[in-house]
Amino acid sequence: MVALVASPSRAVTMRSSVVRASGLTKRYGPIQAVDGISFEVRPGECFGFLGPNGAGKTSTMKMIYCVLPPTAGDLQVLGMDVRTRARQIKARLGVVTQDNTLDSALSVRENLVIFARYFDLPWREARRRADDLLEFVALADRADSKVEQLSGGMRRRLMVARALVSQPDLLVLDEPTTGLDPQARQLTWEKLRQLKRTGVTQILTTHYMEEAAALCDRIVIMDQARVVAEGAPADLVRAHVGREVVELRGLQDGEAILKVVGDLADGHEALSDLLLLYTADGEALLHRIREQGLVVEAATLRRATLEDVFLKLTGRTLRD
Amino acid sequence: MMLFSLKGAYRFWQRNAFIFRRIFPESLAVNFLEPVIYLLAMGFGLGAYLSTIGGLPYLVFVATGLVSTAAMFGATFECTYNAYVQMYYEKAYDAVITTPLNVEDVVVGEILWGATRSVLYGTVFLIVVAAFGVVRSPLALLIPALFMVSGLMFSVIAMTFTAVNPSIDYFTFYFALFITPMFMFSGVFFPLDALPAWVSTAAWLTPLSHVVSLARALALGTVEGRHMWDLVWMLVVTAALFPLPVVLMRRRLVK
Repeated sequence: MVALVASPSRAVTMRSSVVRASGLTKRYGPIQAVDGISFEVRPGECFGFLGPNGAGKTSTMKMIYCVLPPTAGDLQVLGMDVRTRARQIKARLGVVTQDNTLDSALSVRENLVIFARYFDLPWREARRRADDLLEFVALADRADSKVEQLSGGMRRRLMVARALVSQPDLLVLDEPTTGLDPQARQLTWEKLRQLKRTGVTQILTTHYMEEAAALCDRIVIMDQARVVAEGAPADLVRAHVGREVVELRGLQDGEAILKVVGDLADGHEALSDLLLLYTADGEALLHRIREQGLVVEAATLRRATLEDVFLKLTGRTLRD
Repeated sequence: MMLFSLKGAYRFWQRNAFIFRRIFPESLAVNFLEPVIYLLAMGFGLGAYLSTIGGLPYLVFVATGLVSTAAMFGATFECTYNAYVQMYYEKAYDAVITTPLNVEDVVVGEILWGATRSVLYGTVFLIVVAAFGVVRSPLALLIPALFMVSGLMFSVIAMTFTAVNPSIDYFTFYFALFITPMFMFSGVFFPLDALPAWVSTAAWLTPLSHVVSLARALALGTVEGRHMWDLVWMLVVTAALFPLPVVLMRRRLVK
């Protein structure tokens, strides 16, 4: 029962926000990586950062987990200032960095045990947690393997397990599933959802729209160092693209089509040979095109997704 | 310079010790090899043509000098190649600084570990040469403590180079331009006072010469007042350089 009556400081943070950033800025010399962004992460939620490469997601994560000092602005994590209380903050975080940083000289299990020691856990407790966590991420049978013998998905799960040895109040995941195959990704998502049910607040970055939609309660979309949209995934889709998307291929006259559909489309996006029409009523829109006898090679009606929002807001230029 | 925590440094030291435990015999053997080869070649090979140096059989003179170089290599390899691989390729530092440990703790822990390896290598080497009958004084029992000091010194110097080293290939320069000349001109193989005055003055500026001078005096029981200055030299240089690797490594890892 003692565990339920957490320390007073923890009770206070649980009532207020877990992360609060205002005017947060990071510059590397002349390069503006994060340009005065503000956001708030609430207790128990999964909060996502979406954006193309170079949008400033990782810099933001690094400032949250206190290895990168902000250039300007205010950043409070678990009610503490990152500039002055990094050690205390980090003691209550779990971090999955973008690169795997597992110790190749150690076995799978030892990776967790040694990491737990950094958080001052006694050896006995460290070993107990290591075994529990290996069970949790389905790696118990690989406990004595070397890290090199693990697949990419297993390594990522081991990173997640390692981030959990300190029983963190906040889990920060920088691209948790990049490079994983669909099965490995599903398994990782399942574990993250399981964690969320236990009340662990999560912050993650991703450029997979379906990942954000599957895991996040709220997201911000970042582009060129700024936040360009914020909200629940479904709300963002509704607000920025509507309910449905009609994809038209092989058009002879795109202009004519736009004229014909008129106000049935809330917006559109033209690509080389593809026209996307955002609409609340796709059936009606398709019906009108057919009625007018316009030539279209292929027409598809689908639900609007976060990807449409993302492309609409961040454009289609390739980012490197 | 942000402050390091001794507990944090100890945690990183402990990680290194944990990993080392399992490769201990092999790793020790490799680091031994070089001084032992020198001992055989110089002590028995060259020694056969030489009578004595300063009243000592050449084998005794060389062996009591090589003990210090074994200790130097222990710290130097740890804080050059090993540290660089941990930092750059394995990204071990990146992982550790997401925990309550900070960059300063990691650097200090690595330096302490380098000193520990220095003591281990130097002491085991001392035991080996003692079997050849070159240790003549119980003062030799103080040599491991001396190697803790000299180990810290060589670790601090090596870690400073590692913190600014742009690529692993450049360690060749560290060894070719610093470690090897020092190895040859620090009184290990021949007494420095036989050389022109400017050479022995230059040698006095090298860290290793002081370790050799003091370790040999302890092994042979010939400690004099002037040896105090060797110890002072090492302590002053170590203390003066200590903040350098810590500050430079933070600059490298935290942009």
